[in-house]
Amino acid sequence: MSIILNLNKNFENRIRLGIMSVLVVNDWVDFNTLKEILEVTDGNLASHISSLESNKYIETKKQFVGKKPKTSYRATFYGREEFQKHIDALEDIINKQINIK
Amino acid sequence: MNENKKHIEDIAEIRNLMEKSSKFISLSGLSGILAGVFALIGSITSYWYINISYPKLSNPIFLKSLSIENESKILLILLAFLIFILAFGTAVYFTTKNRKNKSSKLWNYSSKKVVGNLFIPLSIGAIFISYLILNNYCELIVPSSLIFYGLSLINAGHFTFSDIKYLGLLELITGCFSLIFIDYYLLFWSIGFGALHIIYGILMYIKYERK
Repeated sequence: MSIILNLNKNFENRIRLGIMSVLVVNDWVDFNTLKEILEVTDGNLASHISSLESNKYIETKKQFVGKKPKTSYRATFYGREEFQKHIDALEDIINKQINIK
Repeated sequence: MNENKKHIEDIAEIRNLMEKSSKFISLSGLSGILAGVFALIGSITSYWYINISYPKLSNPIFLKSLSIENESKILLILLAFLIFILAFGTAVYFTTKNRKNKSSKLWNYSSKKVVGNLFIPLSIGAIFISYLILNNYCELIVPSSLIFYGLSLINAGHFTFSDIKYLGLLELITGCFSLIFIDYYLLFWSIGFGALHIIYGILMYIKYERK
């Protein structure tokens, strides 16, 4: 039972999973780079970012490059821990399935 | 069962995105081989110049206003520079060609990081070596180029295939040996910039490009 509990509902969505995957292996990543890597639309990405942000999994930094605003994101320590737990749970489930067979 | 398939796909997707966003995947093995070949041609040319042509000269060949010693220095630096441009040019050429097959931009987030991390130690090395040349510490040029190059590769290795770190490590070892056996500088230069690049290029080609 405990394994199932470790699967984090917040990471069930592919885009949120993608955002976290990119952020745990990089430092600050800006919005356009994320969009390019994940191949998603602005609105879609923005809504998933704000949901991750409200859970304190990622943090935001706003800067101006010339006159253009640039927003960058980074995974928080808490977000990294939660993501790691989620991956561990995924692995556990897959391994158990293989053992049953 | 369906659930399980989704989990496996999730893991595959995570791995794919981590690689894509953090690693610069397109350094071509062929360009490594060619860089090595250029370096060997350069070594042979300079060997010929230093040991066969130069001792017979009594006057400068091209730059009549300079002393023969200064001219030889400038010629060797120009040769090194030419080799560097050729090697760098082929690396960019082959890497761009590779990218087109894989439908992704060459100048993306991760390639910027690789180039940045390669060029910081490399440019410090260039400044350091220019100082050595200007002050006639010529025997230290080969060891310091190898060592700075090795350190740059290790630094860039955090952002691309980790194989490049091993190349960096071997360059460092070659650099240290060239410091010990300082008279054989051309031999170590050929090993470090020629042979190692060719071997590395062949290995990379077999590992990532051959289909």
